[in-house]
Amino acid sequence: MSFTLLGPLAEGGVRLPLCSFKIPAGFPSPAADHIEKVISLDQVLNVRAPHVYLATIDGDSMQGIGIFSGDLAVIDRSIEPVHGHVVVALLNNDPICKRLCIRGKDVILKSENSKYPDRHIMEGDDLSIWGVITHSVRSHGH
Amino acid sequence: MVTKPKPVFALIDCNSFYASCERVFRPDLAKVPIVVLSNNDGCVIARSYDAKPFVKMGEPYFQIKQRLQQQGIVAFSSNYALYGDMSERVMSLIESMVPAVEVYSIDESFADLTGIADVSAMGRELRARILKCTGIPVGVGIGHTKTLAKLANHTAKRLQAHTGGVVNLCGDHERDWVLRNTAVSEVWGVGRRMTAHLEGMGIKTAMDLAKADPWSLRKKFSVVIEKTARELSGTACLELDEPDPPKQEICCSRMFGKRLTELAPIKEAVATYMMRASEKLRAQKSYCKKVRVSIRTGMFNPDEAKYAKGVIVTLPYPTDDVRLLTKAAVDALEHIFQPGFKYSKAEVLLLDLRQPGEFSDDLFAVNQPAEASRVMAVLDQINGRWGRGTLRAASVPSKPDWGMRREMMSQSYTTRLDQLWRVQC
Repeated sequence: MSFTLLGPLAEGGVRLPLCSFKIPAGFPSPAADHIEKVISLDQVLNVRAPHVYLATIDGDSMQGIGIFSGDLAVIDRSIEPVHGHVVVALLNNDPICKRLCIRGKDVILKSENSKYPDRHIMEGDDLSIWGVITHSVRSHGH
Repeated sequence: MVTKPKPVFALIDCNSFYASCERVFRPDLAKVPIVVLSNNDGCVIARSYDAKPFVKMGEPYFQIKQRLQQQGIVAFSSNYALYGDMSERVMSLIESMVPAVEVYSIDESFADLTGIADVSAMGRELRARILKCTGIPVGVGIGHTKTLAKLANHTAKRLQAHTGGVVNLCGDHERDWVLRNTAVSEVWGVGRRMTAHLEGMGIKTAMDLAKADPWSLRKKFSVVIEKTARELSGTACLELDEPDPPKQEICCSRMFGKRLTELAPIKEAVATYMMRASEKLRAQKSYCKKVRVSIRTGMFNPDEAKYAKGVIVTLPYPTDDVRLLTKAAVDALEHIFQPGFKYSKAEVLLLDLRQPGEFSDDLFAVNQPAEASRVMAVLDQINGRWGRGTLRAASVPSKPDWGMRREMMSQSYTTRLDQLWRVQC
């Protein structure tokens, strides 16, 4: 009779990643070729880019397009603002969130709530666009 | 035959960086002069362009408080979370546009523009893109050497209105004009004493230095000034630097927000400084074998009794474990603390730093247990994700009453969810 000493069982060794699907003997998993990286909201919202900033919305003038008070706004400063963009504008140095409308020579900051009139930019006004809002995020938890 | 193109460097430098950062989220201050104060709101460390005529660098805040109010100048405590984040944004924008970058300081970096067809256009593009994407105005200086790029940047700042913030000294005509019209004291690396020496030799302008004989400068002074002269005349001696080698010492030292007389709050402070120091230690992947802890009273008030003492502790093995380091530091503190004094400052210094693999000098020496390294990795991961101090030693308070005075600090607009910019809607 012969025997082989195996030594004591030890902890450790190489840990293998857990596969969430069963591997049928003989047949390779049809999903194995389709495994992709995890979904990242950082990537979707692009918040790690050097030109992207977050801000908190304060007020109800844009609720017609689903931007409510307390929402998180994702602002991209690299985008060239054009007619129709939702923007953070600096109107006489006050930051405000509105829709930018350009009709010929007229520039209008439009609200998305009938309670608020359009704001036409006048001669003495100082307007610059701080950034373009690309996404807004709201919590439905509480 | 292919000839190697002449190197081209750019120096990109943020204008009044700290003040500009404050203005990004305070557009109402666009035309209001701003100063930024040092830790504990001690003295002026940065001024916006329009505050410079009224305030000197280094002036103590308590002395100029009234004058600031009269002139309508707004003071801020330094908000390094904000400045650090804005700096990272500026630097990554630069990195995305040029072949190679050396980050020189929080608000300056050198870029390699060698081989780019129209470097002036690139300079204007860098400036425009950084301004648009961050709101921070920068100056760009371009030249065939780092010293000329620095000089070009200085000129861009000095003649902002003429130059639009971009100056290219790659052409002989422009370079010679600037060299003739710049005092030698304004040249990068020429200090006050060297200026006096050079002026004594009749070297008064940058042009004089560029034309001086580099060999005799080397013999008379040093290789540094020789290189400066060569660089001014267009021969590149300095290259884009490699990243910094790991530091040989790590220090965390701060004044308390108020005088402390008891041991307990000083222990908290030492534990807090050690937390920060050990984070820096692990960030550069070093281990430390010795710790120095020191405390002192105020040194300038004639009515206060003065005391200062430090002590060095040797650790059982090279470590980066904050638990072991904190225990060593707090035990050491008990040895040097004397009751009856009003303490103003504590310092933690990590010494005898080693890189992994460097410290197996003794076969039988104990090493840091692998488990401790894993705990530290998890600690750094948690704090990296959820913010500094989320997970910390129990001896580190979350809101110490001895903390730094930072009464005029702006929000951490870009790094704290609870302090984001608010936009009216």
